[in-house]
Amino acid sequence: MTALSLRDVRKNFGATEIIRGVTLDIAPGERHCIIGPNGAGKTTCFNLISGRFPITSGEILLNGERIDTMPPHKINRMGLSRSFQITSIFQRMSVFENLRCALLWSRSYRYSFWSPLWRQKALNEAAEVLLEDLNLTARRDILAGLLSYAEQRALEIGMTIAGGASVVLLDEPTAGMSNTETDYAMALIRRVTHGKTLLMVEHDMKVVFDLADTITVLVYGQVIASGSPVDVRANRAVQEAYLGALEE
Amino acid sequence: MKSRWLILVLIVLAIALPWFFYDWGHHRHAGFLLSMLSQMGMMVILALSYNMLLGQAGLFSLCHATFFGIGGYAAIHLLNAAGTGDLPFPMEVMPLLAGLAGLALAILFGAMATKQRATAFAMITLGIGELMATAALMFHHFFGGEGGVTTNRMIENSLFGLTYSSGLQVYYLILAWTTLAAVLMYYLTLTPLGRMANATRDNFERAQFIGYDPRIVRFLQFALSGFFAGIGGGLYAITYEIVTFDALAAPLSANALLMAYIGGTTVFGGPILGAILITLLQSGVSLLSNSWLVYVGVMFIAMVIFAPTGLAGIVKAHGPIKHAGRMGSLLVPYLRLVIPSLGLLLGFIGLVELMSFLTIGAAQGKKLVLFGGSIDVNATLPWAISLGSFLLGGLWLRFEAAGFHRVWENLSAEVRR
Ligand SMILES: Nc1ncnc2c1ncn2[C@@H]1O[C@H](COP(=O)(O)OP(=O)(O)OP(=O)(O)O)[C@@H](O)[C@H]1O
Ligand SMILES: [Mg+2]
Repeated sequence: MTALSLRDVRKNFGATEIIRGVTLDIAPGERHCIIGPNGAGKTTCFNLISGRFPITSGEILLNGERIDTMPPHKINRMGLSRSFQITSIFQRMSVFENLRCALLWSRSYRYSFWSPLWRQKALNEAAEVLLEDLNLTARRDILAGLLSYAEQRALEIGMTIAGGASVVLLDEPTAGMSNTETDYAMALIRRVTHGKTLLMVEHDMKVVFDLADTITVLVYGQVIASGSPVDVRANRAVQEAYLGALEE
Repeated sequence: MKSRWLILVLIVLAIALPWFFYDWGHHRHAGFLLSMLSQMGMMVILALSYNMLLGQAGLFSLCHATFFGIGGYAAIHLLNAAGTGDLPFPMEVMPLLAGLAGLALAILFGAMATKQRATAFAMITLGIGELMATAALMFHHFFGGEGGVTTNRMIENSLFGLTYSSGLQVYYLILAWTTLAAVLMYYLTLTPLGRMANATRDNFERAQFIGYDPRIVRFLQFALSGFFAGIGGGLYAITYEIVTFDALAAPLSANALLMAYIGGTTVFGGPILGAILITLLQSGVSLLSNSWLVYVGVMFIAMVIFAPTGLAGIVKAHGPIKHAGRMGSLLVPYLRLVIPSLGLLLGFIGLVELMSFLTIGAAQGKKLVLFGGSIDVNATLPWAISLGSFLLGGLWLRFEAAGFHRVWENLSAEVRR
């Protein structure tokens, strides 16, 4: 069974069809990268999978179950978590609180208004470990909105994987980072997504060809190629539509 | 750690204060003081529970008095039932029952309102407030129309054998419930729901992608805040033995907002400060001046413009500087603000009072008395002095404030390093 499947997924915004029949199968544990030019519909795909927008037609399955009519929080509880291209964190809460909030639901605290958080030892330890993992321990009590850009991106990734989702979607996690920051972020991503299914949108070709088991090329809302890095690199259509233009 | 001491001092002070003004000659408590302190207690609950919405959940509600009021009406009817012996509950739990009435109504209205966001939410709560105010005038059986409903709080049923015939006993009941409610509300901020309320305030959408339905978070927060407001209303009913339409109408909702905002919505204790300050103004300044609402209004506007984090926010902003032991460097800059501020303030008060006595005061046949002499409000001199003081103070303050700002910025930058 696949971890995540899209079957002829389409999405219209008004009269324009932005996603024009995408079919995709991602095996459990696979590291899958989506590449494509600006405006191809990569983020829109993520928005459809994660339930942020309803799809116009088609089917999306998570571990064999239909999720395309579910609201985002239900999809998240089923084990799919996503990050945002434009950093989306809790600005006026501390870094530690951000991570602890991201841990809450998966540790079945639900809407509890009776458990005192300071006494939840396992929860607090998990948040500290996560801080350590993200190299944010020194910034523990700072408001998230005051972190540097790269630190906010790290926090974004941390919040995405905190809940222990088995399928992780990362939308351009390294965009806007310097080379060293990118290297650091990629090492982090490798570490924290170990053993999980990873679907990632990325513009940095070096990163993509380094990390991916499978690459899908999306152009104007359609998949024009999908396969191993070697196959995709050799693909004529890809070279013409995308890679060529990029690498020259 | 330090704030814990502050709270302890505040509570001890609240217990002891009536005795400082005890009239040993007549063996009487100062009635004015007791009623003011009692009022403060209720307002502290109202403001704190309002901040569960505004400050903690980012919910801009315009109907908070609805839940305060319903708690009040419920308490009146419960007290009446208890007075005739139909209800076997002691006085001390009445505020809890009033809270449950607030909770029930907040569940009903919260289910409607919290599905909406931002402006739509505010609009719906405005509608709810108006609806309830109209209902209070329409349904006489429960609300008693314009005259309201009355009770007698001496129900002769108390856990501690108290009669509540004296204002002091009532005040201590209020103090106990205010403390309990404040502690519970603080506790709530340290639970998963409390934290997720902050999270949905900061980023409604992101909360969904960590597994939470933000609408349920808001709904629960709204319901619980209604519960606490209801407790405040119950205390109101016990104190005044009458509840009218005023206890749930829009002006009180606005007051809740004012107190929370002026005190500071970003710090838990902020609204306590605001409630105390506004009540002081309300009971103190209103005796001295017809125009006290003008002062509250201007203070509110000034806060929104110059100090949007409120009084508690201003105090909190000094934290890093104090931590670095540099408070001394602020002493002179602060002192330099005093005289121009006083000039501006006195000038403004002078103008407002002159205006007020020229119109309302004249109609009531009152005279403006200052420093023992009466002042002719039609003469030019008082107007000229007030205006001059206002303008000069204002200009001078602008100049000094710029200097203060520079010092503050430099110091903050220094401390950050
Ligand atoms: N909510 C929306 N309403 C209308 N049009 C939208 C919406 N979201 C995206 N689009 C359009 O859909 C197209 C695809 O956008 P999308 O953000 O998915 O591209 P992308 O592949 O992620 O691009 P980038 O590499 O720049 O992030 C764009 O033309 C965009 O304008
Ligand atoms: Mg995108």
